[in-house]
Amino acid sequence: MSNITDLTLVDLVEKIKKKDLSSKEITKAYVERAEKSKKLNTYITEDFNNALKKADNFDNSPDFDKKIPGIPIAVKDLFCTKNLRTTAGSKILENFIPTYESTVTNNIWNEGGILLGKLNCDEFAMGSSNETSFFGNVQSPVAEKLVPGGSSGGSASALAAKLTPTTIGTDTGGSIRQPASFTGIVGLKPTYGSCSRYGIVAFASSLDQAGPMTRDVKDCALMLSIISSYDNKDSTSINFKREDYLKKLNKSIKGKKIGIPKEYRVEGMPKEIEDLWQKGITIAKEAGAEIVDVSLPNTNYALPAYYIVAPAEASSNLARYDGVKYGFRSEGKNLIDMYEKTRSEGFGNEVKRRIMIGTYVLSSGYYDAYYLKAQKVRRLIKDDFDDVYKKVDAILTPSTPSTAFKIGEKTNDPVSMYLNDIFTVPVNLAGLPAISIPAGHDQKGYPLGLQIIGKAFDEQNILNIAYSLQEEVNFKNKMNDWWM
Amino acid sequence: MLKKQSDYLITRNKNNYEVVIGLEVHAQVLSDSKLFSSSPTKFGAEPNTQVSLVDAAFPGMLPVINEFCIKQAVKTGVGLKAKINKRSIFDRKNYFYADLPQGYQISQYKDPIVGEGSVVLDLPSGEKTIGIERLHLEQDAGKSIHDIDPQNTLVDLNRSGVALMEIVSKPDLRSPDEVNAYIKKLRSIMRYLGTCDGNMQEGSLRADVNVSVRKKGEKEYGTRCEIKNVNSIKFMQMAIEYEANRQVDVIEEGGSIDQETRLFDTKKNETRSMRSKEDAHDYRYFPDPDLLPLDISDDFINDIKKNIPELPDEKKKRFIEKFNLSAYEANILVSDIETSKYFEEVIKNSDVKLSTNWITGELFALLNDKNLEISKSPISAINLSKLINLIKDGTISGKIAKSVFEIMATGNKNPVDIVNEKGLKQQSDPKELEKLINKVVNDNPDKVKEYKSGKEKLFGFFVGQAMKASGGKANPQLINDILKNKLK
Repeated sequence: MSNITDLTLVDLVEKIKKKDLSSKEITKAYVERAEKSKKLNTYITEDFNNALKKADNFDNSPDFDKKIPGIPIAVKDLFCTKNLRTTAGSKILENFIPTYESTVTNNIWNEGGILLGKLNCDEFAMGSSNETSFFGNVQSPVAEKLVPGGSSGGSASALAAKLTPTTIGTDTGGSIRQPASFTGIVGLKPTYGSCSRYGIVAFASSLDQAGPMTRDVKDCALMLSIISSYDNKDSTSINFKREDYLKKLNKSIKGKKIGIPKEYRVEGMPKEIEDLWQKGITIAKEAGAEIVDVSLPNTNYALPAYYIVAPAEASSNLARYDGVKYGFRSEGKNLIDMYEKTRSEGFGNEVKRRIMIGTYVLSSGYYDAYYLKAQKVRRLIKDDFDDVYKKVDAILTPSTPSTAFKIGEKTNDPVSMYLNDIFTVPVNLAGLPAISIPAGHDQKGYPLGLQIIGKAFDEQNILNIAYSLQEEVNFKNKMNDWWM
Repeated sequence: MLKKQSDYLITRNKNNYEVVIGLEVHAQVLSDSKLFSSSPTKFGAEPNTQVSLVDAAFPGMLPVINEFCIKQAVKTGVGLKAKINKRSIFDRKNYFYADLPQGYQISQYKDPIVGEGSVVLDLPSGEKTIGIERLHLEQDAGKSIHDIDPQNTLVDLNRSGVALMEIVSKPDLRSPDEVNAYIKKLRSIMRYLGTCDGNMQEGSLRADVNVSVRKKGEKEYGTRCEIKNVNSIKFMQMAIEYEANRQVDVIEEGGSIDQETRLFDTKKNETRSMRSKEDAHDYRYFPDPDLLPLDISDDFINDIKKNIPELPDEKKKRFIEKFNLSAYEANILVSDIETSKYFEEVIKNSDVKLSTNWITGELFALLNDKNLEISKSPISAINLSKLINLIKDGTISGKIAKSVFEIMATGNKNPVDIVNEKGLKQQSDPKELEKLINKVVNDNPDKVKEYKSGKEKLFGFFVGQAMKASGGKANPQLINDILKNKLK
């Protein structure tokens, strides 16, 4: 039998149901591998002893009717977990232990999942390389000193390095899809309103969405079925009929109209990305899809609009971290002094930068020129997609304009860092679902991803297309466990 | 009587200044739970015992609108004859303070739930309509307590997230008396609707007062100052009086008014500058992305409209038309919903005129004396009604009724029982009374002589003697009639 940690989630579930494997065996295998992988710095908080105990408990009275019975899972440290420290990658929440559970993680535990621990991420999910975390860089298992992407960098790295069979991240402007692309895994951002935001540390409320990060598309369908739910504790949660995405998963790409947006052919895009995109188009065509050239004319304005809307919301969402009620406090002479010291010492530079941008764009006299205009752009971007979806069933693009870069390479150039999000950000602004699947490698052997963007609530369709492409692409991870 | 309202002017060096006042009233929505959480809202609970994770702004916590509070706001809007906006938007008002856990207050900025409306004041000079600019919903903040711990400020979050309605008037008020009438009317309407208990001691009703002055006859408004968070009508009136005079003094000395926010010091009876326009907070309002725009349907509004109770203005009109009350009497009876309920309960079975007199006379005096609300009246409406019927049917005289009323006030006893137990029933048997009168006449032959020779004033003496002989129980009308016959 192959290594336990090599198995996909769906295979693990099958083996545990057949009693080929116990929860304890699986959990132990992951814990052992994680113990040997500290160099990657994927975990902020390990909960291995508890996980092993829970696995024992599961094995003593198993319930195989659950969707992921006894499966250990590590999650991004942006999800509040009851009685287990939740930091959002920030010093300001360094010792924060929630008394409550996020709806998304709760859904996972209800289906038999077992918490392994909390995974590193950019501070408050602000970053594209996992370099803004108070708890340090995460290294990509792809190569030494390579960023795993961000903000769900710890999740991507842990999953790609086989330290967890599956994981979840959050995606505000690409934070699931970009690291998935960088590490050669599958990542899906669901339609806004699919997964409850209750109990997820907020970054930008109108954009944040939790989603699965998995080894392959089947696992992705399974995880989405588990985490997607209507929740009356989140006013933006949408009550629509959710499919059993795994059960309905099929390779029905034949006859599907797939749009290729010309605006995504950006200047300076490396040839290998261009080639990858072409490869995807060819595969889709050969599988029977109809390729349609489309235009999303306002794509160019998506990134600037995003970097107004997201910081604006963040500047307000992060006001609650003031040292008064919980979290880090630095004593001051008076209230204002305490605020200033607490927030100066508690937040990192990227977070401060975005709070300042957000505060600026909402200020009186600037609101109309920035925030209001950005909201109008957002509307136009959504209209672009609506127009295109009158003609096509899905849109195919590269996930990122480049492959992974070295740690430190872009830290002094925030704009070039932000540019990493150009293909992912429009999707968040429009509230649409999109999946990134690994599709190839660059010359250095770093993975590259393709993104399939769907209509709102059309997750099944993009999963099916991804499922077809995945088979034809036949992506092989070239990981060599260099860190062990 | 009060002065004519429009006469409120401030005079300096023969210049007459008119005072222009607008109010932003913060009325706590009568609701068992908060605007965006299910925490209870009971007044006077132990500090920090009515606080949910949402109220304390824990990471990842989200607001969920309490539909009942929406209903209450719409209901109030209907009561203010105002436009109900079918789409309204919750915004975040961003500022830092220790008792504001989120770092922002959820409020409504550009798109409030209720638009323009009006309130009619009953002033001694007649009716006056005050325009309502808008009504919006917002969260209350917590409470900072500075005087318990010498070193630290303590924070109580019980109030954090409680629903408030901010009711903004147009600058239509012209005197402290009008402000008094306006607040009372607003409170009366909300109490009729059951949307705010109007309890100012508990902070359920507070106001920011905008004051400006201008020379009488000028069309333009003067520069206004806003006096923050005044929590009683008396203080509002004092603050306005002080502030208007201050502004007039500044202008008369050749100065100009700075637009600023001021605080009213209740101990020194003066307003003090809190911050100037330049220092005004930039609240960075923007739509709260955690909440969708609030869309309410016609059905929702119509359902509420259907269930609006009779409001004071309509009730007053009905009382005047149906019961022939004077406007003054009707006003007194309708201004407080509990009084009107009491009145309507009494007149179910009793004479309206007598009921009106007894309620506005004896009962009000009693309540005033004991400092009680009518809802806590020691005499129930049913018992007062019985007392009035005893007078009306001649069982007891008005004078006896007063002493029965006094006994009732000590323990809400049934007046019929009191009359029976104490033998207070009026003597109305003509034969018995005649005997009594005969004795009086026979005992006072000299007085009879004088009376018959023209000293008619003595009639009262005979009545008094007869009443005295009956122990005050004789029916005075019968005594009159019989005496007149006897002394012919």
